[in-house]
Amino acid sequence: MAVGAETTQAGESTPLYGRRRLLGMRRALGPVGEARGMARAMLWVGAGITLAFVLVALLAPVIAPYDFDTFQANGKRFPQLAPPSSDHLMGTNVQSTDVLSRIIWGTQTELKVVLVSLFFSIAIGVPLGLLSGYFGGWLDRVLVLVMDALFVFPFLLLAVVIAFLLADRVGQGILTAAIAITVVYVPLYFRVVRNHTISIREEPFVEAARALGARPFTVIRKYVFFNVVQNVPPLATLNAADAILTLAALGFLGYGIQPTQGAEWGYDINRAVSDAASGIWWTGLFPGLAIVLLVTGLTLLGEGLNETVNPVLRKRPQVKVDLSEPSEDA
Amino acid sequence: MSAAPVVSVRDLRVYYGTPRGTVRAVDRVSLDIGEGEVLGLVGESGCGKSTLGRGILGLLPEGAASDGEVIYGGRNLVGMAPKELRRLRGPDLGLIFQEPMTRLNPLMRIEDHFRETLEQHESKLTDKEIRTRSLETLGRMGIPPTRFRQYPHEFSGGMRQRIMIALALVLRPKLLVADEPTTSLDVIVEAQILGILSDLRRNFGTALLLITHNLGIVAEACDRVAVMYAGKIAEEGEARDVFGEPAHPYTRELLRSTISLETAELHSIPGAPPNLIDPPRACRFHPRCPSAMVVCADRDPVEQRFEEGRRVLCWLHGPEELIPEGGHAPLEREEIAVAEEA
Amino acid sequence: MQKKPDVGARSDVLVAIRGLKTYYSLRGSFLARLLGREAGYVRAVDDVTLDLHRGEVLGLVGESGSGKTTLGRTIIGLVPATEGSVEFEGREVTRMSERELRHLRREMQIVFQDPHASLNPAMTIAQLVEHPLQIHKIGSKSERQARVAETLSIVGLDPPEQFMDKYPSDLSGGQKQRVVIARAIILNPVLLVADEPVSMLDMSVRAKILELMLYLRDQLNLTYLYITHDLATAKFFCDRIAILYLGRVVEIGPSEAIYADPKHPYTRALLRAIPDPDPRRTVPRDLPPGEVPDAARPPLGCSFHPRCPLAFEVCGWETRDLGDLLEGRWALQEPERYEAEQAVMGDLTVLADPATRVRLKAGDGHSGADVVSLLETIRDESPDAAFWRGVKRVAADGDHADVEFHDPIAPRPLPHGDATVECHLYDDDALAEAERRRAPAQAEVPTG
Repeated sequence: MAVGAETTQAGESTPLYGRRRLLGMRRALGPVGEARGMARAMLWVGAGITLAFVLVALLAPVIAPYDFDTFQANGKRFPQLAPPSSDHLMGTNVQSTDVLSRIIWGTQTELKVVLVSLFFSIAIGVPLGLLSGYFGGWLDRVLVLVMDALFVFPFLLLAVVIAFLLADRVGQGILTAAIAITVVYVPLYFRVVRNHTISIREEPFVEAARALGARPFTVIRKYVFFNVVQNVPPLATLNAADAILTLAALGFLGYGIQPTQGAEWGYDINRAVSDAASGIWWTGLFPGLAIVLLVTGLTLLGEGLNETVNPVLRKRPQVKVDLSEPSEDA
Repeated sequence: MSAAPVVSVRDLRVYYGTPRGTVRAVDRVSLDIGEGEVLGLVGESGCGKSTLGRGILGLLPEGAASDGEVIYGGRNLVGMAPKELRRLRGPDLGLIFQEPMTRLNPLMRIEDHFRETLEQHESKLTDKEIRTRSLETLGRMGIPPTRFRQYPHEFSGGMRQRIMIALALVLRPKLLVADEPTTSLDVIVEAQILGILSDLRRNFGTALLLITHNLGIVAEACDRVAVMYAGKIAEEGEARDVFGEPAHPYTRELLRSTISLETAELHSIPGAPPNLIDPPRACRFHPRCPSAMVVCADRDPVEQRFEEGRRVLCWLHGPEELIPEGGHAPLEREEIAVAEEA
Repeated sequence: MQKKPDVGARSDVLVAIRGLKTYYSLRGSFLARLLGREAGYVRAVDDVTLDLHRGEVLGLVGESGSGKTTLGRTIIGLVPATEGSVEFEGREVTRMSERELRHLRREMQIVFQDPHASLNPAMTIAQLVEHPLQIHKIGSKSERQARVAETLSIVGLDPPEQFMDKYPSDLSGGQKQRVVIARAIILNPVLLVADEPVSMLDMSVRAKILELMLYLRDQLNLTYLYITHDLATAKFFCDRIAILYLGRVVEIGPSEAIYADPKHPYTRALLRAIPDPDPRRTVPRDLPPGEVPDAARPPLGCSFHPRCPLAFEVCGWETRDLGDLLEGRWALQEPERYEAEQAVMGDLTVLADPATRVRLKAGDGHSGADVVSLLETIRDESPDAAFWRGVKRVAADGDHADVEFHDPIAPRPLPHGDATVECHLYDDDALAEAERRRAPAQAEVPTG
């Protein structure tokens, strides 16, 4: 039983709480196991790529040959713009840092920013959407207006403005980049959750909850939330892909993570622009490939999730019927 | 049955594949529907009656497989190319759905719905002929010509269902399948529509398969009735005979559990309809049947035919020579828990 | 098997409803809202007065649009009343705050029509049934769980352990409705509003749910408000029946009286419309034409008069009835004849506005006299149609024709035998007034 605020005997109910809640999760993700065909392929390929990047990020200290800003080893400076070789598998860049190391550390940066920004946008967008959709009225109108205003703003410009404003106060690190991206994605979650809440609000089981004497917040928490939240994982995954691109764009424009704070692919590509003209391809290609690969992985995962979890897109699994197989009364 | 059948169904099977197993929604069903005849198909939800109705029209969902014969106009509809089937649908075979609200395009006037339908199947009609024929059909359904140019939302639920019926009838199909056509309507409107449907045979000579769970509707509107249970036809015959003197215990129990104005005592059938993935062996009704005999749990019942097209699939009616020694003894049944019933 | 319950001795009034009105305001078109114009309102419940006695089963019977569901929800405070009062055990429900209403939920509960939709798909059966106890902070966790198990057993979901961890989607329709009932009775309510509790269930299951509800009534001393469109189950289930039409109670009385001797023409029509599975009892029926009218624009006078075969002078005849008469006639005609007649009548949009007199402009090339003669032709084809009783005067005036109807008298509820009926057929004053009007009218109409 998902114990609400009404109960405080946590000790007694915690084990049950956890178990049942887990049951609910398994139920929501149940279709994942039943995914077939294209959706299944997308799901698994996407999950594989994403998982690989997550592993790279986690194991960065172990697998990265050097630190992200290391330009010398054993007192000897690395060559500038050296092509890929056995010493530097992906070569070095103009600052003599190892490209491979920067990509590996960059993975960590990218995923950190994405996680933080997803956390913030979900933590803000979902509750606002629930309140707005459930209560309606002036609150809804004001929120919709604000969110739509954010929504119509070109997202990159918005992120740049936010990053610029925060640069002085928070500094140009992971947090600033994450907040800039959060502001871009809050309206998305808000919209999806609000629209879903509005349709769920009309369901008889919500009226039934009201008839039981449940307070509005209880209704939202126990009746609306679980039926709305199922749409969040696919959306979040797709957003993660988008957020990578936004972060890279910010870095490319110089408003993202500063080179002293960490490795960032967008920044590296920016620095590689001038290299490309002189035939130096490795400084730009590898970070670019990393972006493409991670975005592709996340997109595949998100689309796969969407097709398996979203009941509108979901096709019921089909099993071939063999009529020739003798039925017992044939 | 006197008239030659418009459609003859022989040994039709429709199976669905699901991850849990094969659902035998329609399992070797045979029936005939004659010209201008109204055949009622009754059964509880999940007995396969809607699947049978759609199967006859060749409208099967993805993942379903069917075999057997549905002979219409000398051709077998089972296994016919989708393109050919589509050509038959409308002018020959019509379908009326349960939910009238969702089947009309809200952006099209009633007139345009009729124009589109007629132009698609009878391209030679002139504008005036289209109008005359549409108005005539609508008029029979009680829709006045003054409302011909209105949009679907301007009509009430009952009127929309009449429009849907008119749309199906304007092509004068030989066979119409109506799947619970009045379930979402009020009693009086339901009675009005039933009146219209049973007038069909007089006005259009259309054969009608009326699928419903409401026995009262069958008694009111149908010539013959087929009672379906767990994918099979349990009993078939003249509606008057079947309801007056049910031969199959399921028909009898279903009639007793129907609440009508004459009901003085509640009655219900123990247990629940079986799932069709793994139906009970032998007679599928035997676990719930108050008259079950030993043979019923052991051997498949054999269809027995009587005079006037009456047939029944129940060991109570023989054939005696196939019932083994001791097969007549009442079947010891396990108690069915209340929890299993509902 | 449960026999039909005896009409128990009912002592006191549990719910007293007086002059209750529930109106929904309509959202008009964008333009109308921009101009601040009132789009009007739907009179879902229109001046209902009735008592619900402790321990009885009162049936609210009507078609969709009769306001039966809104009335049920207004009584338990789920929908705010527009006017009038609902007194529950002496407490005024219509003026309660949301907070007070939430407390009241312990005493009044509702069972909905669609058991599937009224259960949260994301909660287990145990969570669903326990939740009311949590909401009202009753008992400790273990006490609540014991109570859930006990309640599930009472409603026939036995052994409860078999169901507690399941989700609604794992259960059959009848089982789900049992869960809904368990959730409703776990708070030990006094009043249970049952909104079409069996209409979505299979025939073979309905009886079981009704039996369960009767059993619970006896066990828990419940009072039921049984909302249905089905007079057959109501006959079996209810002690008293109120027939609703367009937001008003048109007839109310003990079940026996209503079924043995229905008074209101609408009640009779409803009873005739029920299909009977016994072929020996099937009879040809004559049904009222048309459907329940739009509650935003109810007919004048008695709401049922346009469909009533017995309506007479004072029942509320008006312009829209003339429109219906013409449309009904044209639906059955050859297109040529319809077009010819429509040409005579000209533009009929004026008939859409309810009024007891109207000035019709004849179609191009036709005179008012043509209109009058067409109307006379129509009347001569079926002189007994109720409509013509309501026509006071038809006269030609140049290229116009004037049609005037008798002024309506609003019907009022009057006791008649055991029942109370709201119909002029049982109102001596209305009958006398109609008689008085009939005499001069007959001299006037034929001259046109």
